Formats: sequence, C-alpha cells, structure tokens
Amino acid sequence: MDATAAPHRGYWAGVGRRLMRDRVAMACAAVLLALVLAALLAPWLGLADPYRGSIARRLRPIGFVTPQGVVHWLGTDEQGRDMLARLIYGARLSLFLGIVPVFNAFVIGSALGILAGYVGGRVNMAIMRTIDVFYAFPSVLLAIAISGALGAGITNSLLSLTIVFVPPIARVAESVTTSVRSLDFVDAARASGAGALTIIRVHVLGNVLGPVFVYATGLISVAMILASGLSFLGLGTKPPEPEWGLMLNTLRTAIYSQPLVAALPGAMIFMVSICFNMLSDGLRSAMDVKL
Amino acid sequence: MLLYILKRVFYVVPVALGVSLLCFLLVHIAPGDPLVSVLPADASQALVEQMRVAYGFDRPLPVQFAIWLGRALTGDLGTSIATGRPVASEVSTAVANTVLLAIVATLIGFAIGGALGFIAGYFRGSWIDRLATILSIAGVSVPHYWLGMVLVIVFAVTLNWLPASGAGPGGSSQWAWDWEHARYLILPAVTMSVIPMGIVTRTLRALVGDILSQEFVDALRAKGMRDGAIFAHVVKNAAPTALAVMGLQLGYLLGGSILIETVFSWPGTGFLLNAAIFQRDLPLLQGTILVLGIFFVALNLVVDVAQAALDPRIRRS
Repeated sequence: MDATAAPHRGYWAGVGRRLMRDRVAMACAAVLLALVLAALLAPWLGLADPYRGSIARRLRPIGFVTPQGVVHWLGTDEQGRDMLARLIYGARLSLFLGIVPVFNAFVIGSALGILAGYVGGRVNMAIMRTIDVFYAFPSVLLAIAISGALGAGITNSLLSLTIVFVPPIARVAESVTTSVRSLDFVDAARASGAGALTIIRVHVLGNVLGPVFVYATGLISVAMILASGLSFLGLGTKPPEPEWGLMLNTLRTAIYSQPLVAALPGAMIFMVSICFNMLSDGLRSAMDVKL
Repeated sequence: MLLYILKRVFYVVPVALGVSLLCFLLVHIAPGDPLVSVLPADASQALVEQMRVAYGFDRPLPVQFAIWLGRALTGDLGTSIATGRPVASEVSTAVANTVLLAIVATLIGFAIGGALGFIAGYFRGSWIDRLATILSIAGVSVPHYWLGMVLVIVFAVTLNWLPASGAGPGGSSQWAWDWEHARYLILPAVTMSVIPMGIVTRTLRALVGDILSQEFVDALRAKGMRDGAIFAHVVKNAAPTALAVMGLQLGYLLGGSILIETVFSWPGTGFLLNAAIFQRDLPLLQGTILVLGIFFVALNLVVDVAQAALDPRIRRS
C-alpha cells in the first residue's frame, strides 16, 4: 500500500511546488487569505458596528472624519453606517455564498457524474438527459427563476445556486470518468478481481476528482457574481445584513451624491472574483489539467 | 446533412419537453398558494375554491401539465395575474427589446473579443497577448451589473453624455431606429458586451494557437505559402467554433440580461421577470422563462446545424 501511496504524495508535492512558484496565483491567494482572516476576525479589529448608523451622517465621502474624531475610512452608506466595517463583515456572507454552493455542487455533481460515467447505459442516459434539461437554461436565468419561485433568503439562494452548478460539474465528471474507465489500468484492476467500489475508490476517484476540482474552483467567481446578483435584485440576503450585492443595491440611489462610495461593494466583488479566477488558472496549470 | 438535422431535432424534443416541465413545476415549488396575490386577504373559502377551479388548480398535476403544455403549444401562455393581459403579448414585446440589446452586445463583444483573441493567438507571448489575457480574465470576473453602474456614473452622471436608463426619450419603451433611441442602447449594450468579450477572447486565443500548431500549417509554410494566405486558412478553420461560441453567447445573454436590464431599466424580458417575481405573478414568470428556455434550446440547435454545415467533419462523427 505504501508503495502506491508514495508517488501519489509526490504528485501533490509537485503541484504545491509549481503553485508556489506562480507569483500571480500566490498574490491572489494572499489577498483572499487576508480577506478571509479579516472577515473572521472582524469583531476584534476595532471596526465600527456594521448595523448601527446615524441619519445625520449618511452618505459621507471616503476618509470622512466626524467632529468627534471618528474616522470613516471608506465613508458611510445611505443609513450612515461605516462602509469599511460593512465591507469587511460583508465578506463573510459574500464569500460563503460564493464557495458553499460550488462545494455542494462539487459533491453532488461529482457523485452523479461518476455514477453516470462508470455505470453507463441506461443509468447514464437517465442522469445525463435530466442534466441536459437544467443545462438548457443560461445559469443566470436558472438561478433567478428558482430563487424567484422560492422567494428571497440565504437558504433559498444556496439551494438555487447549488442546483445551477450541479449540471456543469456533473458533465465534466461524467466525461472524465468515461475516459478513465476505458483505460488499461482499470481493465487490469478488474481482471485482478477488484470490485466496482474498489475500482471507483482507488482508480476513478483519484483520476477524476482532480480535474473536476480545478473546474469547480473556476466556478467560484461565477457563483460569487451570481449570488451577489441575486441579492442585488432583492432575491438573496435580506437587509440589514451586510452583503456586497445587497449593499450595491441599496447604494444605487447614491450614485449621484457619492459615486465612489456607491461603487465600493462592486469593486470588492470584482477583486475577489479576479483572485479566484487567477488562483484557479494557476491551479489548473500546476496540476496540468486540460478540460 | 438532412439526416444530421433530423437527428439533432430528434434529440432536442425531449430536452424541450423537459424544459417545459421544469417551467411548469416552478409554480408548484413556490411556497404558498399561487392565488394568494390575486385574492383579497379576507376571501371566503368558497371564493378560493371557485378560483381554484377556474384556474384549474384543483386537477391532478399531470393533467394540469398536459393542459398547460397544449395551450403553450398553440401560443396561449395564460393570463398575467397582475395585469390581466395575455402573457404571450407581454412576453413578445419584451423579447423584442431583449433580442435587440443582446444582438448589439454580442456583435460588439464579438468584434472586439474576436480580434483581440485572434491576434493574441497568432502572436503568442507578445504584449498584445498579455493584454488580451488580462482583459479576458477581467471580462469574465467583472460583476456586469456593477460595471453598468460604473459606466452610468462616468458617462451619465459625471460627463452627462448618455442617458442613465430607459429605452427612449420620455420613458418610451418602443424602439425606433434613430439617434434619439440609439443613445439609450449604448451603455447597456456596452456593459453586456463584456460578458461575451472575455469568453470569445479566451476561446479564440486558444483555438488559433491550436490551429497554428497543427501539421498542415507547417506543410503550407514548407510549400512556400505566404503569411497572408496562411492567415486565411486559420480563419477558415477557426470559423465553425467561433460561430458556435457566438451563438451560445447570444443565447446566454438573452437569458442572462435580467441584471443589466434592471440596472438600466431596459424594458425587456429581464425587466418583466423582475416584475413577475416581485408581484408574485406566477403565470408571467412561468411564461417568460418558458419562452427564454425554448429560445435557448432552439438557438443551440441552429448553432449545431450551422456548425455542421460549415464543417463536414462534424456531420460525419
């Protein structure tokens, strides 16, 4: 067992080494890590209360200092709440809604795709044709249709985004599984008496999950944009919760008075989504995945 | 070719049927009674029952689906609960506006993204290649609704060159081919064009690189063919895929326009969907999504057939 595990570890060490050498990917990873840490440690960073504002101080510009000496580094929003605090607290929900649906879809989609690809025949037909139906909708439309029918809220957003991302992931998992299944070493394993579950666990999962994982990481930025988009439409997070898409929505009327402040939440979404895409590209070339 | 078309159509029918089933079920996964929004809060039980029968909600689900599908096939998408007008007529006006926006956006995105991707693939490693790579990553990463807001801030609020929202002067929603109307199209179309631009740049860059590394290019060079003529060969080889990407992007924009239409108050399907969702007008929601879904399926079919017409290799596989 050790003999087979050793080169496996070697592969991941190589991936890690190649990824570490990719300066762009590392810079993006650092930005994301800093943001995650800031979001998690937000209560201890000495930030203002993200929920409490003052009508007297609404829509102040970037770098505004109150007469009492309180500094609003990034200004205040339409209810006089500190923008810096809301952007950092907002990272919690925005990142959560970008990552969790993709993770759920990765688990469900890989399971469906591997099942369809490995078993083949009628099972493949049934699973893949059902997935084709969901695939027949542009992802934005599908997410909005499901969220629109279910109603606003974080759980419903999670549910609809998961449904949106299962079909593409399942398709990739199915096509990779189908090609792995016909490789010689799988036949060899079968000939030496390995059962279906063993073959899936040892040979298929190892070869399929990597590429599918890389593909899924590329979907995180799409999920973030979509999740914030749902909130932007009023279908996701409900006020007064800080979330970037929702903040963009409530600040829309402020584009005439404080355009810079109003554009901040979107700039955060843009930055994080670029970082996820670059990191995913780096991971793709480090793992040498071609999809 | 005919056989290929028949095979594709045969394959599309079950998908279209599935799409309609999904649209139909949307109303039934919605929490609460679909009639809640039309009935007064103090409606008597008898009235609720009466409405239920009138709308056909008392019958078993498969029967409801069959009736609904039969009507949809004849172009009857039901009646909007909020406005009392036929859903089909509401949707057709909106679809025309969305199609206009999406086509203009696809053309802009394709012209710029195509040229950029082509040059980047042709001159790998050049500064324009690096620029194209950065732009395409930015293009697929940008939250387009935010980009729309930024463009409004710059070109409408600060510079005051273009209108911030609407589809015509004085809140008109009827399109006309003149500058007074075209001004309203520029910002939403440019915003929307960023979505296909990034993807087209990426795809064409990779595609042209692949084509150039194939043996026939070396053979042509060895034969002494000049760069210009080789370029023509590359274009011919890239065309089917480029066309397919363009078609799919157009379909994607038709369905994905809701956020941009909301930012710019563009009176298209996205605007209609938004209204349907917030007034809980389920027949309107169902009808709009059905039309967009079927549109997307049909467009996929057209793209497949066009691709096969251009490239005989696809027909044979």
